[in-house]
Amino acid sequence: MSAARVGVVTFPGTLDDQDAARAVRHAGGEAVPLWHADPDLKGVDAVFLPGGFSYGDYLRCGAISRFAPLMEELIPAARAGLPVLGTCNGFQILCEAHLLPGALMRNAGLHYICRDQGIRVENTATPWTSDFTEGQEIVLPVKHGEGRYVADEATLSALEGNGQIVFRYVGGNPNGSLNDIAGIRNEAGNIVGLMPHPEHAVEDLTGAPSTDGRGFFSSILKKLVNL
Amino acid sequence: MARVIVDVMLKPEILDAQGQAIARALPRLGFSGVSAVRQGKRFEVDLEGPADEAALSDVRKMAETLLANTVIEDYTVTVES
Repeated sequence: MSAARVGVVTFPGTLDDQDAARAVRHAGGEAVPLWHADPDLKGVDAVFLPGGFSYGDYLRCGAISRFAPLMEELIPAARAGLPVLGTCNGFQILCEAHLLPGALMRNAGLHYICRDQGIRVENTATPWTSDFTEGQEIVLPVKHGEGRYVADEATLSALEGNGQIVFRYVGGNPNGSLNDIAGIRNEAGNIVGLMPHPEHAVEDLTGAPSTDGRGFFSSILKKLVNL
Repeated sequence: MARVIVDVMLKPEILDAQGQAIARALPRLGFSGVSAVRQGKRFEVDLEGPADEAALSDVRKMAETLLANTVIEDYTVTVES
């Protein structure tokens, strides 16, 4: 059987695409490079939107990327159920594209934060988190200046009520996000966004705080194999 | 040719961490009597033609689509006289 194919998107200014592709391969999948200017999803089974500073974060983080030719293909595919994971800038792009509710704003302390961060997995009913257990605490790197999740009260209570909060910060909230939110999913569950970086935490060799990031990739590959 | 100004401000209920930092810096610089500062963005949009209703409707669409994120921001459109 051929390996599950996970697309990894590169915009101008994307930084983490190589680590994301490596993490996909490490888990036994095939990483398929997707280019922002090429409106072709190449028949992938899932898409990883990595972090970085796409389009220089001009205007707002993710505001320009959202209109990239590739996104014109990705947005309807995601709405139709294609599994999509966005980390950091990828999360910001998913919010700007209205694939996820709310927005990400400048950290409350205004400082760029780069540290190992405790995170609690709150929801495992997504193709990206099924290999975790609910309530499991993991450690992943965070590195961002604009990670403060905000949404209006109605949206926030809907997220809480529907189990759409997938990750919460534990041991201190690095950015002032509402309800300690580190990551959310859409109602269907196929689209997940989070500020921390699973793709940087899959191998001991790189000095990552953990290999907890592996769970994201093993989850999606199992899901794709069992489709 | 007309110039249309689009002002984008965070919604009042959204914490403006940058505005707060500016407000905190002002007393240190000797400016007193400021109770709050909020930071926004100003876009100057130069039109090829007049700022008629059709053109303004387009500018509002631009603001809605790209210039502002209406999840967190409000915008106003005014014609520069």
